[in-house]
Amino acid sequence: MNNTMNLLTMITPAMMIPLFPLLGFLIVSLFGKKLGFMSGWIASMAILGSFLCSINLFVGLEGDQQLNFSIFKWIAAGDLQIDFGFLIDQLSLIMLLIVTGIGFLIHIYSIGYMHHDEGFSRFFSYLNLFIFFMLLLVMGNNYAVMFIGWEGVGLCSYLLIGFWFKNPEYNNAAKKAFVMNRIGDLGFLIGIFALIFHFGTLDFMDVQNQLAGFEPDAPILIFITLMLFIGATGKSAQLPLYTWLPDAMAGPTPVSALIHAATMVTAGIYMICRSNLLFALAPFTLHVILIVGVATSLFAAIIGIKQNDIKKVLAYSTVSQLGLMFAAIGLGAFESSMFHVMTHAFFKALLFLGAGSVIHAMGGEQDIRKMGGLSKSIKTTFVTFLIATLAISGIFPFAGFFSKDEILAKAFEHNLLVWALLSISSMITAFYMFRLLFLVFYGSFRGTQEQAQHLHESPISMTLPLMILAVLSAFGGFFGLPSVFSSTHQLMAFLAPIFNSSKQVTLETPPLSHEQEWLLMGIATLAALVSIYYAFTLYLKKQQIPENESELTGISKVVANKFYVDEFYHKVIVNPVVILSDLLLVLVDKLIIDMVVNLTAILVDAIGRLYRLIQTGSTGFYLIAMVLSMVIVMFIQIIL
Amino acid sequence: MLSLELLFIPLLAAILLLFANEKAAKPLALVFSIIELFFTIYAFQVFHQNGAEAFEFQMPWVNKPQINLHFGIDGIGLLMVVLTNLLIPFIILSGFNRTTKRVATFYALLSFMHFALLGVFMALDGFVYYIFWELALIPIYFMAFNWGDENSPKVTLKFFIYTLAGSLLMLFGFIYLYMGSPNHSLDWSVLSNQHTCSCNQTWLFWLFFIAFAIKIPIIPFHTWQPDTYKSAPTQGTMLLSGIMLKMGTYSLLRWLLPIFPAGMHEWQSIVITLSVIGIVYASIIAIMQRDLKKLFAYSSIAHVGLIAAGTFTLSFEGIQGALVQMLAHGINVVGLFFCADIILNRKGTLQIHQLGGIRLQSPWFATFFMIVLLGAIALPLTNGFVGEFMLLYSLFKYNVWLGAVAGTSIILGAVYMLKMFQEVMLGAVPEDALPMEKLHLNEKVVLIGIIALIFILGVFPGMVTNLTQPTVNQLLKLI
Amino acid sequence: MNPITNPESTTNWYLFLSCLLFSIGVMGVLFRKNALIILMCIELMLNAVNLLLVSFSAYTGNTDGQTFVFFIMVVAAAEVAVGLALMVSIYRNIGSIDIQSLNKLKW
Repeated sequence: MNNTMNLLTMITPAMMIPLFPLLGFLIVSLFGKKLGFMSGWIASMAILGSFLCSINLFVGLEGDQQLNFSIFKWIAAGDLQIDFGFLIDQLSLIMLLIVTGIGFLIHIYSIGYMHHDEGFSRFFSYLNLFIFFMLLLVMGNNYAVMFIGWEGVGLCSYLLIGFWFKNPEYNNAAKKAFVMNRIGDLGFLIGIFALIFHFGTLDFMDVQNQLAGFEPDAPILIFITLMLFIGATGKSAQLPLYTWLPDAMAGPTPVSALIHAATMVTAGIYMICRSNLLFALAPFTLHVILIVGVATSLFAAIIGIKQNDIKKVLAYSTVSQLGLMFAAIGLGAFESSMFHVMTHAFFKALLFLGAGSVIHAMGGEQDIRKMGGLSKSIKTTFVTFLIATLAISGIFPFAGFFSKDEILAKAFEHNLLVWALLSISSMITAFYMFRLLFLVFYGSFRGTQEQAQHLHESPISMTLPLMILAVLSAFGGFFGLPSVFSSTHQLMAFLAPIFNSSKQVTLETPPLSHEQEWLLMGIATLAALVSIYYAFTLYLKKQQIPENESELTGISKVVANKFYVDEFYHKVIVNPVVILSDLLLVLVDKLIIDMVVNLTAILVDAIGRLYRLIQTGSTGFYLIAMVLSMVIVMFIQIIL
Repeated sequence: MLSLELLFIPLLAAILLLFANEKAAKPLALVFSIIELFFTIYAFQVFHQNGAEAFEFQMPWVNKPQINLHFGIDGIGLLMVVLTNLLIPFIILSGFNRTTKRVATFYALLSFMHFALLGVFMALDGFVYYIFWELALIPIYFMAFNWGDENSPKVTLKFFIYTLAGSLLMLFGFIYLYMGSPNHSLDWSVLSNQHTCSCNQTWLFWLFFIAFAIKIPIIPFHTWQPDTYKSAPTQGTMLLSGIMLKMGTYSLLRWLLPIFPAGMHEWQSIVITLSVIGIVYASIIAIMQRDLKKLFAYSSIAHVGLIAAGTFTLSFEGIQGALVQMLAHGINVVGLFFCADIILNRKGTLQIHQLGGIRLQSPWFATFFMIVLLGAIALPLTNGFVGEFMLLYSLFKYNVWLGAVAGTSIILGAVYMLKMFQEVMLGAVPEDALPMEKLHLNEKVVLIGIIALIFILGVFPGMVTNLTQPTVNQLLKLI
Repeated sequence: MNPITNPESTTNWYLFLSCLLFSIGVMGVLFRKNALIILMCIELMLNAVNLLLVSFSAYTGNTDGQTFVFFIMVVAAAEVAVGLALMVSIYRNIGSIDIQSLNKLKW
């Protein structure tokens, strides 16, 4: 009794969580001009409000308690009975804290970063709108509400990528992101339809409860999960729908940090974890996910080696890390995947914000070939960036080490090949991250004289979030210590109520012995160190600078051009559609269909032309015709 | 009786406007349409309390053939009346601040059109319905003919003859039904219970269907539409796309389904396939359109194709979705064409490649346009999503593959709309661009009103579904 | 015995006469070029019909036919008035009432 009362009192803070950003969005977008610089603070405070409410819930919910309530009936028609409702449980709590927490830090950061931009208040209104939709995505208690958020964050991503809308390139990137997401969304939508059709509900809990009777790998489950996974590949930038994410770097850097690294792109992983039992019952799909995840991880990592734009490197590393998370899902290790989502949110947000700080210092320059030796002039940024780089490279004891190690250990349990491939991928990651670090912060400055004088550390509103994130990147891994260090894996214990049911379905391989774990950790660390050393010799000792693209040949040219995937899509999909569009209009619409319509008119016209020949103008002819036809009529009358 | 009063107000407006002073015409038309709107709200209340009986009106008109002046409203009818009366004030208001030649005549025609449309949605006798169906064609013909662009004489003639040819088929069908029915009546209640022999239904179905398909329009009966939308004055286009093509989709539910359930079943798969092809076809063509109004015309074909396909799944979700989407599409398309009109008014052209950078010149207009556009590409929480969601679900239920193919419209819709938005609104301002005058008060009112409707219906679609649910249930019992 | 085919019956002769007159009228309309004569031939046809009506009326003892005759006579008078007026006007314009010259109304 006490418990339910306790839960009821928490509905209000739960409702407040999305309401704050919505309110912030409305205020900032309607009165942005008048508020001026204040709008940044109002927007940030709105997110802080959500964050505090989330903490309130985090503290309030104990054990496996969950808060599941619906606010009103959204759609009611036949099979479609969809509530607009929220579900707060351990999984959504983690995401809530990440979204609002990191979201808040990035808002603060943006106040400094966007200071000089004329679209200052517009930027914050979009950011708040994004957080609102992201919260709907995370908090929804059914797939439809999740889909609202899912499409909504896509919209905000569109708006923010194309934030500087004077530039047609940026607009193209924004459009591309939206359209590619929509391709995934169609898959998601079909998955949703199949769910309603076969389960009669979209509610996460109801679906989960009905799954008890299903055999693993029932065709319908495979269908549903594959469709949902297509949705995830769009949003989380997996093969083959990943190409929008690197282009999305056109947006302001805080956007890349918030949307395209920490939160939105992990929505696909969140969605699959949300339906973990469904996916666990479809081993075939898990297999597909594993393959896609591993392939993406490797593929993106390889492309990352040859990128020269500081944000593009990070973008490909994001794609690669997301691939790693999907691989973890494919291995059935949902909580490891969530763990990596969390640590990745910390260090990747930090990396992007650090990159933003670098770009800020460089006066908008993003090419790493024109940087170098920045460690002296922007110390705070350098230190925090270094921490993040160590974290993503998987160096003990930074956050990335633990989450990555956990996934690699899982891979090792299941399949040696997967383990090997993922290890290679993380080796490459360590390499290009340190390549980036060395090129940007070490060596001598390669920019212009003007830039050299302009170099300055960012204001406190930007460095403070960096420092907080650096702390998180450094120690965030301790939430999930492996068994060799600690008897309890805190995150796993926290998330246990979510993944319990799927744990019973997936085949449990015997846990690794401590010796094996030590060995794996050793190998991983060694591998990272080797690639760091390699990067060190190349870019620090030999002071190499990446060549211009025109000088590249052979395989490196192909890699630098991202394996020509964009060009391929352009040739195979975009161009044919454009041609088809013209063709259909000119050939089918105008020529065939309209011709048939006009043909009737032409026919009538022709008949008219023919018949008027009878009109000779000779009265005698008319009279004879009249008499003759009368005779004929009479004749017919008599005969019949 | 209420239905007669609903009909009477626009007719009175039309007659008064004929004699009105040029200056007084616009306000007068607006006042009447607002009175009608308030009356509709009252009617809505009455419908909630007393149900459909309050609207029943029947009076013998012609003895032989037996024709009764029979009007009435049920859930579906009321929805269409609400749609009409909601949009007409916006359409009239959108003409303020625009110079129109012979204003009084124009608005008289518009009000007369209003009257005829309401007649179509309320008539429950076949002949009366047919009369109103044709009556609606006359004012729009003159509006497009006299107030359209230089191509309009040719284009409107095609439109007129095309739709008229379709309706003649329907008239023939009605006459056949009249002769065949045992008690010689074309009353809706009689026809819907008369179980025409299914051997006749198979071909009679087509007589009616083609008439409706031309009006909707379903591919391949659509070629009149893009040209007409382009040539007609924007207010005429709004009437055509926002309300008049709903006559077709409405009639599918009001006449085709109850009278020919067997015919519907028999041709279901063909019509759905045709509609689904139409959706993709029109969406692809829309991608490369160079004229804003034509782009909206093709997007409209895609949207109504989905409505038709959903209706023909003969499922509860499909029909409910069709109804929700009819309302949503009406609102969105009026919004889109109004945005086009604002651009035309300021820039003097609707050629996409000549435009650009409007967002820089007028940020608020860009925001409004964006929101209307989001409704059109069915973003959740806008009105477009709910209907499309239901319709696609019904298609999915009917056939997974057809559902998936129709679903590509959400991708293609995003492609052509965002492409258009980018080229028209974004980018830098071209050097020779005309200035973008600020939005006038009337324009703001229309845009804000439409946007409010977009969100209200997107968040609370129950307002529509609750209204139509009993009627749809009854309809489905007939099958 | 059928009174019409009976040669004794006087009605029969009227019928034959009426047919003859009508045929003459038709032939005249078809083959004459002068509009005035064509008009007269039309009158002839009308009168043939009148004759027929009167004779049947007398035969059956029903006065309906004779009533019709009056109607026809009125119509014929009106028609001649209009017709002759048209003739005069045509003659004034083109100096001829030959119907072959009246061929302006053609495709």
